[in-house]
Amino acid sequence: MAKETKKLNLNFGPQHPAAHGVLRLILELDGEIVEKADPHIGLLHRGTEKLIENKTYMQAVPYFDRLDYVAPMNQEHAFALAIEKILKIDVPIRAQFIRVMFCEIGRILSHILNITTQAMDVGALTPTLWGFEEREKLMGFYERVSGSRLHANYFRAGGVHQDLPRGLDEDIAIFCKNFPKIISDLETLLTDNRIFKQRNVDIGVVTKQDALDYSFSGVMLRGSGIPWDLRKSQSYDCYDQFEFKIPVGKNGDCYDRYLCRIEEMKESVKIINQCLNKMPKGPVKSLDGKITPPKKKDIKESMEALIHHFKLFTEGYRVEKDEIYIAVEAPKGEFGIYLISDGSSKPYKCKIRAPGFFHLQAMDYLIKGHMLADVPAVLGSMDIVFGEVDR
Amino acid sequence: MKNLEILEKKINSELTTKINTSNITHNHIFLNIDEEDLLDVILFLKTNSDTKFKQLIDITAVDYPEKEMRFKIVYLFLSHEKNQRVKVDFFIKENTPVTSITSIFPSANWMEREVFDMYGIYFKNHPDLRRILTDYGFEGHPLRKDFPLTGHNEVRYSEDDKKVVYEPVKLEQNYRNFDYESPWEGTKYIKDISKK
Repeated sequence: MAKETKKLNLNFGPQHPAAHGVLRLILELDGEIVEKADPHIGLLHRGTEKLIENKTYMQAVPYFDRLDYVAPMNQEHAFALAIEKILKIDVPIRAQFIRVMFCEIGRILSHILNITTQAMDVGALTPTLWGFEEREKLMGFYERVSGSRLHANYFRAGGVHQDLPRGLDEDIAIFCKNFPKIISDLETLLTDNRIFKQRNVDIGVVTKQDALDYSFSGVMLRGSGIPWDLRKSQSYDCYDQFEFKIPVGKNGDCYDRYLCRIEEMKESVKIINQCLNKMPKGPVKSLDGKITPPKKKDIKESMEALIHHFKLFTEGYRVEKDEIYIAVEAPKGEFGIYLISDGSSKPYKCKIRAPGFFHLQAMDYLIKGHMLADVPAVLGSMDIVFGEVDR
Repeated sequence: MKNLEILEKKINSELTTKINTSNITHNHIFLNIDEEDLLDVILFLKTNSDTKFKQLIDITAVDYPEKEMRFKIVYLFLSHEKNQRVKVDFFIKENTPVTSITSIFPSANWMEREVFDMYGIYFKNHPDLRRILTDYGFEGHPLRKDFPLTGHNEVRYSEDDKKVVYEPVKLEQNYRNFDYESPWEGTKYIKDISKK
């Protein structure tokens, strides 16, 4: 007599702590084996693209902080670059250095969060506690430079909002000196940890071909052995002036992606150090009064500055008719802006290409045939943040 | 970028009549095609040894409500080997279905679902065309220019009914959209003068 089996439908989330936010994953199980996964996303949809169409270019910047909210400045960078390319503004070299430095801080922020929460998903609590102490320091740097720990609103078309406050560069240098020790501490907890390896090695393997077919980018692509990093291959701002390596994985499993992220943090520290050593003096935003708001002092003395100030904060600056796609290497992968301007001071269209959206799409393909307990591991190694997936 | 020009010529000579116009701006090749040639062009871009645009970056649409061909559908591709990007677009009328490219790029699945959700463009031969980002039972297509920014419905938990209820949007103060646009063409004019 054949045993009668019944498929089980399981709702994973939207309030599951390992769902990294608000993911509703409908799993079809045969015993403990996942046969099908259907992610339902959009529970955090805020209509960012629609809102941006109704705001001036300057007002649109804060929306980018709220996409991937663990590395806000990397997103602002893409938007700033897109406007600069259309308007053909030259960004002062010091501003470029500051932007690169804070993008790398964002990368470390994001990778710490990902590595430690991935460890938590598979059962280790300590890395989270150690890692978050460092994140707190980094967010302290964010606060000192922009006034806000998370939603920085710091990058502008043409540079950054203001110069580094006094003493910040020394504190970042101290952080860079101590942080490699923290990475190696984290590594002693995880890299050779038997449980961590059992939960991650050979789980969620992505082949090279599939990584391309499923539009993967960032660590998801590099973990599968494709050496591709936009900072090197399509360099933007002053990334070409720095020496850093691109870590590439071999097997394309969750463990390799973890290793890639650890190595990338080490490279980021190198870049920040080079930034601090090489950083020139000078202005931190474009000197074009039609783009950059005037100084407070000038407003009180110059009529022209007052007019500029008024026009910039009511009408905003106009961006001539053009169409552009700009991508940056955000911590999670290729973050792109497809911007259409129509000559007015508001974007006609701004499509945001968020890497997490495409990674999550492959959930069904990645998890098929795995055990239920592997779902959080795979999800964790994809580095999903719902702010950007749902937009 | 010299390579880009060679690549553009190559694509043009191979696809000849299928390309309406092509140009290079901001280091991207822009190709305008017709809807019926979509699959051929994309298959060529993906498989040809000179192009190798093996990764689909994004699909999106742009709404021009005043035009007869209302929507522009945009496909972005990336070639890792050649380190180049290409953009393919075409215009369609409202209510015209577009051929799905999920058979060539599996990742087009969610991108097309998003375009369907946001613009209401139907994709032929799509395996699973459902809404993706908006709420269950949502009506309308939010990124169309005629969709109001505030939306139509708002959601709250009703203590009386003990469930989540949908009600028409009621704003204490209407959305204020001031027209700040200067009637003068400011920026560019001053830019030209300062250059002289």
